[in-house]
Amino acid sequence: MNTRSHYDVAIIGAGMSGLAAGIRLAHFGKKVCIFERHNAVGGLNSFYSLEGRKFDVGLHALTNFVRKGVKGTPLTKLLRQLRIDRDEFALCEQKQSRVAFGPAGETSLRFTNDFAVFESEVARQFPTQIDGFRRLVERIKTYDDVSLEIAPISARSVVRGCLNDPLLEDMLFCPVMYYGSAQEHDMEFGQFVIMFKALFLEGFARPLEGVRVILRVLLEKYRQAGGERRMKCGVRKIIGRAGRADAIVLDTGEEIQATHVISSIGAPETERLVGVPPAGTELAAGRLTFVETISILNQQPAALGWGSDTIVFFNDSPRFDYACPTAPVDLRSGVICIPNNFDYGPNQALPEGIFRVTCLARYDRWAALPDDVYHNEKSRWYADVQRSARRFLPALSDGTLSSATVATDMFTPRTITKFTGHIGGAIYGAPVKHRQGRTPLENVYLCGTDQGFLGIIGAMLSGISMANYHILQKS
Amino acid sequence: MTKEDCKQVVLDIIADIAPDEDLTNVKPEVRLRDQLQLDSMDFLDIVMELRKRHGIEVPEAEYQQLASLDSCAEYLTPKFNALAAKS
Repeated sequence: MNTRSHYDVAIIGAGMSGLAAGIRLAHFGKKVCIFERHNAVGGLNSFYSLEGRKFDVGLHALTNFVRKGVKGTPLTKLLRQLRIDRDEFALCEQKQSRVAFGPAGETSLRFTNDFAVFESEVARQFPTQIDGFRRLVERIKTYDDVSLEIAPISARSVVRGCLNDPLLEDMLFCPVMYYGSAQEHDMEFGQFVIMFKALFLEGFARPLEGVRVILRVLLEKYRQAGGERRMKCGVRKIIGRAGRADAIVLDTGEEIQATHVISSIGAPETERLVGVPPAGTELAAGRLTFVETISILNQQPAALGWGSDTIVFFNDSPRFDYACPTAPVDLRSGVICIPNNFDYGPNQALPEGIFRVTCLARYDRWAALPDDVYHNEKSRWYADVQRSARRFLPALSDGTLSSATVATDMFTPRTITKFTGHIGGAIYGAPVKHRQGRTPLENVYLCGTDQGFLGIIGAMLSGISMANYHILQKS
Repeated sequence: MTKEDCKQVVLDIIADIAPDEDLTNVKPEVRLRDQLQLDSMDFLDIVMELRKRHGIEVPEAEYQQLASLDSCAEYLTPKFNALAAKS
């Protein structure tokens, strides 16, 4: 047994947070190995090829974008901590995004990477609310959202303390929740602050080639720092003994010893690796999951009149209901993303048009379907999701859109579980977060979604913070 | 190693950690935090780079010795020289 591998740190999952933790640890001389069940890195933010085309999953836009020279924000911290030059990400800014509410988007708030635009839109559409809105923004700006020890409070109650128009309240919650809330109906205020800053006070950007550019940079840094990585090599068990992880067991049966284990796979998912918890005591998994339709168009969306919006958050109902629906898909609200509508400069463009729509979905209505029924349901809901979203974009005839469409794809809650291992397809993980990343085993720490820093920048910062806090600061 | 060499070692580390900072006019007697945007994560990195590159250990209780370039030089130069004498 002397030939068993031993690492200072074993990291479970090669998503954004696991890679970021790995870079930090390897850079400072730790012997690190990342174990990833799939053959691709990225986890929730990855990409795949289908019939010669490359598709992104997860990432609509990189949030937290700030321009060169703006310091002290998550993006800057991340670049410094991982020794990444910001030009390596080659970020291009959004054109404009909107929050559109009402059966045909009658109330619409535009926003860009310049917060003054959003503020003036709120002032124009909600003149009685603007003072309260400014108070809320002040409170958000001064809130210590990265503290690892702060008591949770309800974001709805804080927002209602500043605003008394439920329409505006919902219009603020819709984008913030869609881009990161694992909790139904309400959020913890710290989480709301992180997302509000990421979306509105900072902004959206994207590399021309999407998420793979970011993953490529991370992988290269990790490799240069001397980190090891084992792909198609999942972890099926953590062997605990006397309150500590003694070893991890791979899908192949091989045992690996590590002084520390960082798990990016989620809190309930990690708990299951340790063993079956007594009934009634297990950590609750999240219920929020999505479907996303992807349509590839044979022309730039601008040629169809869809050239101005980068992201549109929509809702057609009197109140915005962020919850697990009873139907397979909730068509009332969603997010449209048109990746062509970032400002890539005069000489760069995506080769084809892309139109993506995300809606809330229900896992168990998708999970158990036999394959043929599953495929039929996908086509049916694909059409419904597109039709619902198009109400919030400039009008386009069915014929024009369908003749421009050269390929389509759709992911469902089932796809998410297949590729990420998240229980119930829960994109944003469990509703209860573990800020300090602690688990019942003293040398096993969480990073990523269930640690609670949100968005892809948040995910990377989560990996960094947990590596610093639990390992680097203590050695 | 002279105190000036030592300041340069610290500046080189800061240049790698925070390439977006302009280090041409850093005043040695002024706290680094007051003239550069460095947070606690950055200071942790200065400590860890000192260990990684030069084998210098700075215990957590003594982090405040790294407040300015002058205080860095006062505190670190003897450590560098002690290390050089040993090897």
